[in-house]
Amino acid sequence: MQLTGAEIVIRCLQEEKVEHVFGYPGGSVLFIYDELFKQDQIKHILVRHEQAAVHAADAYSRSSNKIGVCLVTSGPGVTNAVTGIATAYMDSIPLVVISGQVPTAYIGQDAFQEVDTVGITRPCVKHNFLVKDVADLAVTIKKAFYLAQTGRPGPVLVDIPKDISAKKCEFHYPKTISMRSYNPVVKGHTGQIKKALQLLLDAKRPMIYAGGGVILSDAANKLTKLTRLLGFPITQTLMGLGGYPATDRQFLGMLGMHGTYEANMAMQECDVLLAIGARFDDRVIGNPEHFAKVSRKIIHVDIDPSSISKRVRVDVPIVGNVPDVLDELIKQIESSEAKPEAMVETKALAVWWKQIEAWRGKDSLKYKMGSDLIMPQYVVEKLYEVTGGDAFVTSDVGQHQMWAAQYYKFDKPRRWINSGGLGTMGFGLPAAMGVRFANPKATVACITGEGSIQMNIQELSTCKQFHLPVKILCLNNGYLGMVRQWQQMFHGNRYAESYVDALPDFVKLAEAYGHVGMYIDKPADVEPAIREAFVKHKNELVFLDFQTDKTANVFPMIAAGKGLSEMILAEEL
Amino acid sequence: MRHIISILIENEAGALSRVAGLFSARGYNIESLTVAATEDPTLSRMTIVSIGSDDIIEQITKQLNKLIDTVKVVDLSEAAHIERELMLVKVRATGKDREEMKRVADIFRGRIIDVTESTYVVELTGNTSKMVAFLDAIDRSLILETVRTGVCGIGRGDRILKV
Repeated sequence: MQLTGAEIVIRCLQEEKVEHVFGYPGGSVLFIYDELFKQDQIKHILVRHEQAAVHAADAYSRSSNKIGVCLVTSGPGVTNAVTGIATAYMDSIPLVVISGQVPTAYIGQDAFQEVDTVGITRPCVKHNFLVKDVADLAVTIKKAFYLAQTGRPGPVLVDIPKDISAKKCEFHYPKTISMRSYNPVVKGHTGQIKKALQLLLDAKRPMIYAGGGVILSDAANKLTKLTRLLGFPITQTLMGLGGYPATDRQFLGMLGMHGTYEANMAMQECDVLLAIGARFDDRVIGNPEHFAKVSRKIIHVDIDPSSISKRVRVDVPIVGNVPDVLDELIKQIESSEAKPEAMVETKALAVWWKQIEAWRGKDSLKYKMGSDLIMPQYVVEKLYEVTGGDAFVTSDVGQHQMWAAQYYKFDKPRRWINSGGLGTMGFGLPAAMGVRFANPKATVACITGEGSIQMNIQELSTCKQFHLPVKILCLNNGYLGMVRQWQQMFHGNRYAESYVDALPDFVKLAEAYGHVGMYIDKPADVEPAIREAFVKHKNELVFLDFQTDKTANVFPMIAAGKGLSEMILAEEL
Repeated sequence: MRHIISILIENEAGALSRVAGLFSARGYNIESLTVAATEDPTLSRMTIVSIGSDDIIEQITKQLNKLIDTVKVVDLSEAAHIERELMLVKVRATGKDREEMKRVADIFRGRIIDVTESTYVVELTGNTSKMVAFLDAIDRSLILETVRTGVCGIGRGDRILKV
């Protein structure tokens, strides 16, 4: 049967079992919207800005194993989406973005709402396509879904000119696809894994460092099993939180620029490092030369060969899918004659753990709590208690993001949703929407600041339309806090443009959108307010505007260009 | 170190800009880049000359491989290979310079492929150092125009880059 391009788009999405599409209509996608209108298998979520559509679809992906899909129009629709696409790209999130384009005959003529979409998005997608023939449309969409979800995942964009969505052709959706130019590795090299295991068993000061790759590949259970088998300490990156239970004794907390003292010290001082699905980025190891001062053997498991030996020289590279490699490691440990506890030089390991406990004794996340000022850390701790540590937590970017990562102890994967790589302010609220669509009954909290929340505040309207009972915890200190912290520490207390003047009355603003607003300025009111929001207003969106200590800083901190063991600790330590 | 990287890439619209974009986005250096379709019209072959440390060249190779359209990548300079480039030089050829120019072109096994009363166009094939040597051998003030294709290269003997 002959179908139009627009019908083909919808049929393809149905074939891929897509349930939700986040988008915003416009001229170039009118035919596609017309077909969306005629069916009810796929639900369209109308956002209020295309950036939010992509963030929502992104968090939909992050918080489930379903793929996020968004639909935007040409020109400004696409340019608005770019920040979202780049955010997903930096964190390797699988997404399919469908964009409208001006009719093929108009391309290159500076037509109304024309931009070179493929050109603009090229550096921030895993791959993109411009469909020039309706006969290629179905197979292109199939490729987009395949590419986005396999190998190192990422966003894939399909640009569809308006005339292509109107033209007809025979519809056939391929069941499978193979591309001679794209063959991601799955299994790790057995010999390399054997070598890695030997290093691990010979280690005196071993350390496991795991990143977002563990979450993306659904390998949390395997990582936990391996870590417990070995009895080694483990740390996680900002993107990896939840990949190993944070309440477990073997977990040393997050590492990096705002990591715990024990995680950073152990990372620096270890003699064998097992890196899994992580990429040694600048916010994690700080200065690579300082990191290299201590000699250690590094085993690096990653699906992307270009992540290996990029910033840090690696001794045993293992290219492969994380769960497959972990399976093989576990298998080799279990099939070896000696039991791992006996194989590991337990005495050395005990000495190492003693050292780690001494570092842990510094209690680097301790903070002072007065009776009149709300400490932002305290809000996160209370949120953790009230939600039983079981909420999905999204965040924006800045100090509040770090406090959320430090004080909310994630025991499960895919619960912590933040923009780690690109550091996109405005991510949190649309992300919370996406989480809620992927997990319709879940408790969803968005930890944000008064700066970030205003970057996508218009989504309060989307939340109203779709009855999304998200709880927004705004740590309002009247400053772009992280900027202020850097200005205080490195720019002689000159707070250039970091003071957020003329803030709206967030309570009234929430109410104007039809939600519940709460103003909290006393420490004693924090817990009752959170309880009220999550219990009494369970089914409503609540905006909790916490007036927090304006001078609070995030500690520990490693200044830019410094090494892992050169942490600045809170003044009171 | 100078490296010659050969790439087989799907002959799709935008393939060249993906490669060029990768180099500029990551700050890699391109000395020359040539591209044309192969005997199989669905594939293009690109030759890129780049200068960088071993670490950088390793990253370049990995990043090129990561492009979805890339079918194969080889660093030709890792083993025996042949490289050639083509240069066309338009020179002033009058009076005694006319005879001298012909002589030098012959020495470099160049061919004169266009002649007017006052100019020659010399065609020269070889590796980069030969091009430079030729330009050094003639009087600079006589050079009116030069154009070079950039290097293309191929492995010797059994080293074959094919799907």
